[in-house]
Amino acid sequence: MIDIGKKDPDKTHYKDIWVFVEQTNGEPQQVSFELLTKARELAEKLNCKIAAVSIGKSVEHIAEEAFKYGADKFYILEDEVFSDYRTEPFRDALSRILIKYKPEIFLIGATTQGRDLSGTVATELKTGLTADTTQQEIDSETGNLMMTRPTFGGSLMATIICPDDRPQMSTVRPGVFKAIPKETPQKGEVIRETVDLKEEDIVKKILKKVVSNEGNINLSFYDVIVAGGKGMGSKENFKMLENLADLLGGTWAGSRKAVELGYVPQSRQVGQTGQTVHPKLYIACGISGAIQHLVGMQSSDIIISVNKDENAPIFDVSTYCIVEDALKFIPKLIDELKQNKKIKTQ
Amino acid sequence: MSNKLRYDVIVVGAGPAGLAAATVLAKSGVKVIVIERGRFPGAKNVMGGVFYTDCMKGIVDEFPGKAPVERHVIEERMWLLDDNSHVGITHKNEMFNKEPHNCYTVFRAKLDKWFAGEAEKAGALIINNTVVLEPIVENNKVIGVKTDRPQGDIYANVVIAADGVNSLLSKSLGLRKELKSKDVAIAAKEVIGLNEDIINERFNVKGSEGVTIEITGSFFPGETMGFIYTNKKSVSLGVGMILEDVINSKMNANDLLESMKQHPSIAPLIAGGQTKEFLVHLIPEGGYKEMPKLVMDGFMVVGDAAMMVNSIHREGSNLAITSGRYAAETYLEAAKINDFSENVLKKYIHKLNNSFVIKDLKKYKNLPDLLQKDKRLLQKYPRLLNQAAFELLTVNGIPKKEKEKMIWKTAKKEIGISNMIKDLIKIWRSVK
Amino acid sequence: MHALIFIKQVPDASQVRVNYETGTLIREGVPAILNPFEAHAVEEAVRLREKIGGKVSVLTMGPPQATDALKECLSMGADNAYLLSDRVFAGSDTLATSYALYEGARKIIELEGDVDLFFAGKQAIDGDTAQTGPGIATRFGIPLITYLIKLDEVNIDKKYAIATRLTEFGQETVKTPLPAFFTVEETLNELSYAPLPWLIKAAQTEIKRLSSENVELDRNQCGLKHSPTKVKKAFTPEKRQRGETLKGTCNDLAKQASEILLPFVK
Ligand SMILES: Cc1cc2nc3c(=O)[nH]c(=O)nc-3n(C[C@H](O)[C@H](O)[C@H](O)COP(=O)(O)OP(=O)(O)OC[C@H]3O[C@@H](n4cnc5c(N)ncnc54)[C@H](O)[C@@H]3O)c2cc1C
Ligand SMILES: Cc1cc2nc3c(=O)[nH]c(=O)nc-3n(C[C@H](O)[C@H](O)[C@H](O)COP(=O)(O)OP(=O)(O)OC[C@H]3O[C@@H](n4cnc5c(N)ncnc54)[C@H](O)[C@@H]3O)c2cc1C
Ligand SMILES: Nc1ncnc2c1ncn2[C@@H]1O[C@H](COP(=O)(O)O)[C@@H](O)[C@H]1O
Repeated sequence: MIDIGKKDPDKTHYKDIWVFVEQTNGEPQQVSFELLTKARELAEKLNCKIAAVSIGKSVEHIAEEAFKYGADKFYILEDEVFSDYRTEPFRDALSRILIKYKPEIFLIGATTQGRDLSGTVATELKTGLTADTTQQEIDSETGNLMMTRPTFGGSLMATIICPDDRPQMSTVRPGVFKAIPKETPQKGEVIRETVDLKEEDIVKKILKKVVSNEGNINLSFYDVIVAGGKGMGSKENFKMLENLADLLGGTWAGSRKAVELGYVPQSRQVGQTGQTVHPKLYIACGISGAIQHLVGMQSSDIIISVNKDENAPIFDVSTYCIVEDALKFIPKLIDELKQNKKIKTQ
Repeated sequence: MSNKLRYDVIVVGAGPAGLAAATVLAKSGVKVIVIERGRFPGAKNVMGGVFYTDCMKGIVDEFPGKAPVERHVIEERMWLLDDNSHVGITHKNEMFNKEPHNCYTVFRAKLDKWFAGEAEKAGALIINNTVVLEPIVENNKVIGVKTDRPQGDIYANVVIAADGVNSLLSKSLGLRKELKSKDVAIAAKEVIGLNEDIINERFNVKGSEGVTIEITGSFFPGETMGFIYTNKKSVSLGVGMILEDVINSKMNANDLLESMKQHPSIAPLIAGGQTKEFLVHLIPEGGYKEMPKLVMDGFMVVGDAAMMVNSIHREGSNLAITSGRYAAETYLEAAKINDFSENVLKKYIHKLNNSFVIKDLKKYKNLPDLLQKDKRLLQKYPRLLNQAAFELLTVNGIPKKEKEKMIWKTAKKEIGISNMIKDLIKIWRSVK
Repeated sequence: MHALIFIKQVPDASQVRVNYETGTLIREGVPAILNPFEAHAVEEAVRLREKIGGKVSVLTMGPPQATDALKECLSMGADNAYLLSDRVFAGSDTLATSYALYEGARKIIELEGDVDLFFAGKQAIDGDTAQTGPGIATRFGIPLITYLIKLDEVNIDKKYAIATRLTEFGQETVKTPLPAFFTVEETLNELSYAPLPWLIKAAQTEIKRLSSENVELDRNQCGLKHSPTKVKKAFTPEKRQRGETLKGTCNDLAKQASEILLPFVK
């Protein structure tokens, strides 16, 4: 069992910004580098250092990239027991490191894993955690981190502070910040941590892993979502949305009516009773834009809508409105994109 | 058979009619179950709504007490609306400020929920989210109901149908026919949020005083009625269109509501408001003539299910409550002799006949037909009146005497003197 | 088997409107509903009880009106419903909420007996934080299984469960000792339609009340004052405006759209 130690209650002892570098099988998550990039901006204001921390079976090879995106130090904890993510050992190991090094700010990507881990770590550290933030700023008066996040499916924004407790923790949605490498990266220091933990100490065992199961897709991992509604007319017609999504490196989804009609599996439903998504690009085809649908997608960066009805409410939230029969338009668009792609790659 | 669900009385529908019946029964120790299809009582119920206090006597004596009411009405306006004007009469009376207040504006979603709480306190069992599918009948006697739930049959001595305007129950028992398009109105209502002070200022009231405006006239197709009621922090605005008019005019209630909001007499009252709610519901308008058979063995029909709406006076909930109470009282009498046959339950009809419920409904029994047949009454007269008022009030050098002559001439041309006299007689007859 | 579900009553997010002038939410007249994820947790627990016996308890921390959501759970088949309501909890953030719920749950264990399976929703649709469940699990020091999509096996005698959860890249099946804490996805199950006798039983079941009077609490961990996070300000995001309407024939539209989409082409 890991002894996580005792937290220092004096907030003035806490300094530097830390970022959790999430990885699976040694493959780091892009969001971690987005956070390191953001941390550079915050660190400048606070005049402090940036550290990255990663836990896994083998993570040292990520150091290079972590330094490239701004980490001054890279704390690693490597052990066989960490080959797969499991809440409890990760929670205890990370809590221990944070208690030991006392960062002032700790950022985690708001991925499935990040959300699982952050809630437990914040409870161990008895500190505040702001989930799913989309903006981060330093209050120039107090030096506190101001974390802004959407609530009520994006209808309201709240700016949250954690004035008295440290570290100030928050998770950040993937894709909110850009990952930009430093112009002159410097080699930082790799610091190796150890814990005394054996597989026998861990009560939860992973029996089976299924990679990318269609039945349970997490739409929020995609930058581009092509969604269709009742207006697509049939399950077969969704094939064109799938093709379009492939071209754009995204995935496809649907409205509840599309789900009810059997065009789309429930696991791909967007909206109040489906998933909430915030991709960079959302293309809505044959979707009217009922409020229950809008709450699930209206904070997407760019929304392009295709609908026969020029008064469809979906247009009220769309960046680009295309009043046209989707069944005619989408194939044409796919042709155009393929043409352009050829030119682009030539 | 031993685990059969059995109650003394099943009430179908937790609207005012059903809840009144259930409260009275439960207070007397009767084992009563109320089945409601909504997520909670009032979830889907709609009313203008003006709620009259008097009918709550003997049911919830301390009304309004903690009941969620909006404003007490001290001023009633009646408008005849033309395309860009209205003529109206107003009655405002300080007496309406005296308690107990005559009536309140209410929201049904809140009021029904509160009322259901009172019924529960009295001992009634209220089951939501459950639809009654049909009555269970044995030897021409109603002995229970089937619901859409698994293991959903319930049995009782008497079933009280308080299931509203569409009353599936009385229809499936053959007590009543399908509603005719001339006997039912589609009502659309919008609640428009406004600041309390703005409402007080625009309607010239203070504190919790409220105003109602009933609207008819040539602005609307056919027999349509509109209304505007003040709530605490909002104004309810709606129209009720007879289904036949919807079919004939090819206009629906939503469109009409939208154009009503633009009317120059109405727009300023709601300017700057935010739509908070939009609701649609049916109103039975057939009146006395279209009432179904009210009782059979083990069965009574109350409220809207029995077409008990006095549309001229926008009374419905009070008739519903009173009929619910009579049905409950009839049950109590029948229980004494343990006889729930039609013969005994007929006392319910006697009670109704001797009360304002049937007396009022009878009084106006010919009016729906008359208004429906005679487009003159709600179309030409209001237009003429608005024109007349405009002419008389416009100062343009034409002597008033001459203006009156002109008005009279148009009236004669448009309607004809003999028709006018006939109309007057008809109206008088139909409400006398 | 004893299952305890943490349920929350939330405003129906789809009916909340924004007042852009004042920058606030219009919550008036917005119906309060049972957070949709918890409905599936209750469903799962009730199905399990029907299969292997035992009982299902639900707990919420909230204002007295939250009884509506508890009643809904009862009519779905839950056996006991607890409302933890007290002024001291007002303004709690997730850390303080998970503390209050932890103490409430300990009280329920004292009254009803040990709990084998704890459930919470994946997230609440008003706050969307997804932290409360993990917080409570940590306080109990029991295994946490988030994003539950299937409860493959529950063995009360041998005190273990096998469960399938969503991960970044698909799903995984884990074996955990009991008691364990699960946060559930909506795809866990399809809600079924409870039989009428359950609804009748529910209508006759009293909601049990917990407060600082009957639950032992460390007041230094409760409410706004002892919540580490504070809301500094709330504001409405810029209202989306209807953007550009592309003009032209279907071919023209496709050309214009493909220009816009070009940066995304992989
Ligand atoms: C409690 C509750 C929860 C709900 N949760 C959700 C949810 O999570 N997600 C969700 O999506 N909905 C949800 N809904 C349902 C929602 O209210 C709408 O019914 C649904 O979103 C409508 O789906 P739609 O836009 O595909 O269909 P419709 O509203 O029928 O719209 C179809 C649209 O397609 C257009 N169209 C038709 N043919 C073509 C064509 N050839 N080319 C282009 N356009 C065309 C039409 O003009 C129309 O605008 C919920 C409802 C409730 C009550
Ligand atoms: C727009 C509008 C304005 C009105 N304005 C006024 C006014 O200002 N003043 C006034 O006094 N009256 C007014 N009325 C009339 C008044 O609303 C009705 O007369 C009154 O609600 C009748 O009460 P009730 O209990 O008979 O029926 P309802 O209130 O309709 O209740 C019937 C109940 O039964 C339930 N139900 C129906 N079928 C089933 C089933 N199969 N299984 C289970 N449950 C079922 C329904 O969900 C409902 O809760 C107005 C009506 C409308 C539509
Ligand atoms: N006040 C509360 N009472 C009971 N359960 C709650 C409460 N708040 C949150 N929960 C549970 O925790 C889950 C996650 O909530 P949240 O962290 O707010 O997203 C919810 O789905 C509930 O199961």
